[in-house]
Amino acid sequence: MGLLSSSVSITRYKVNGEISGDLISTITEGLQKYSITDIDHVPVEKTSGWTSFENPYMPNFEKTSCIIGTYFVFSLRIDKKNIPAKIIKKFYIAEMTKKLAESDREHLSRNEKKTIKDNIISFLSLRIPAAPNIYDILWNYENYSLWFFSNQKAANEELETLFSKSFKLKLIRLFPYTMADLSKKLNDKDHDRLTTISPTKFMD
Amino acid sequence: MLDISILYNRYKFLGHEFLTWLWFMIDTDKKYILSLQKDILSFEINNRIVLENSLDNLIENITIKGDDAGLEEAKLSLQKGGVVTECNFSLKAGDYEWKFNIKGESLNISSLKPPETAQIEKKEDIDGIVLEKFYLYEKIITLVEALYDQFIQIRITNKWDKESVPMIKKWILS
Repeated sequence: MGLLSSSVSITRYKVNGEISGDLISTITEGLQKYSITDIDHVPVEKTSGWTSFENPYMPNFEKTSCIIGTYFVFSLRIDKKNIPAKIIKKFYIAEMTKKLAESDREHLSRNEKKTIKDNIISFLSLRIPAAPNIYDILWNYENYSLWFFSNQKAANEELETLFSKSFKLKLIRLFPYTMADLSKKLNDKDHDRLTTISPTKFMD
Repeated sequence: MLDISILYNRYKFLGHEFLTWLWFMIDTDKKYILSLQKDILSFEINNRIVLENSLDNLIENITIKGDDAGLEEAKLSLQKGGVVTECNFSLKAGDYEWKFNIKGESLNISSLKPPETAQIEKKEDIDGIVLEKFYLYEKIITLVEALYDQFIQIRITNKWDKESVPMIKKWILS
């Protein structure tokens, strides 16, 4: 569900901190440095990185601008190879049977079984292409606000980690407590009260 | 500051109370909601509401959905001590309509359907449509933030226990 879809989900963030130096080049450098790299021909199961909003399958931040109006617009891409468990099992049993016959034993140790499984996953992940998941981002730098177009927990966590690494800025996810704590309408006394409030029972 | 996941769980009741308060406001003081943005014509609970009721350490969830579904059963759940945990709203402004869902514990906005925008026919259209979409999403986000700001200001003062809770209780029993 991207920014341009007919139905969207949005997780809102406050960006804590400011970029020192030239804003556009610092952000572009961060996007370039942590842009997604292809894992289709390497034995890696999952990867994530920034990609371009307009061309998410071939990111190139040198040629594509990440600015629309006064906003930074780009995407997070998470590529994952989904190897069906049944395929892993098929290769695993075949390999284990072969190994038992070769060594003339009835059982394999836990370590040997793990090594076989890891090798099979590496072997299969070279042959199975990664499925890309793309999540759009709209960053209003002047307002310290960022919208992430997904409510998925894993994708949100990936965004928070990658954003901090790329721009050395912290994202504060907005939920009931943080929204109250960051509200400009509350004074110091109100903030103290916030730490002590407990749920209301509307009916006895 | 406590760990963020602890704060999330410790204070999710605020989101549930906010949605319950918002339903109360829609029923009793819609003028206030309509006054927050000059062109809003209506703001209503749409076709889905989820309530949670903790009874003797057992959690009961009630979902009411459907375009013609009444809210009587939802009100009954409130009378038994329930709170609203998720709700779908519709907002009309001018000739346009927005529909969206708010989940209480996170205050995340999901299934947000803004009015239709023009289709992208050429690459040059993208910037204009992104800006139009931004404006359409911002309308909902600004409204939800203004409502939550108003709620939290009341919630953390004595006014909540002395005035709001008795009024909400009266509304629940009405």
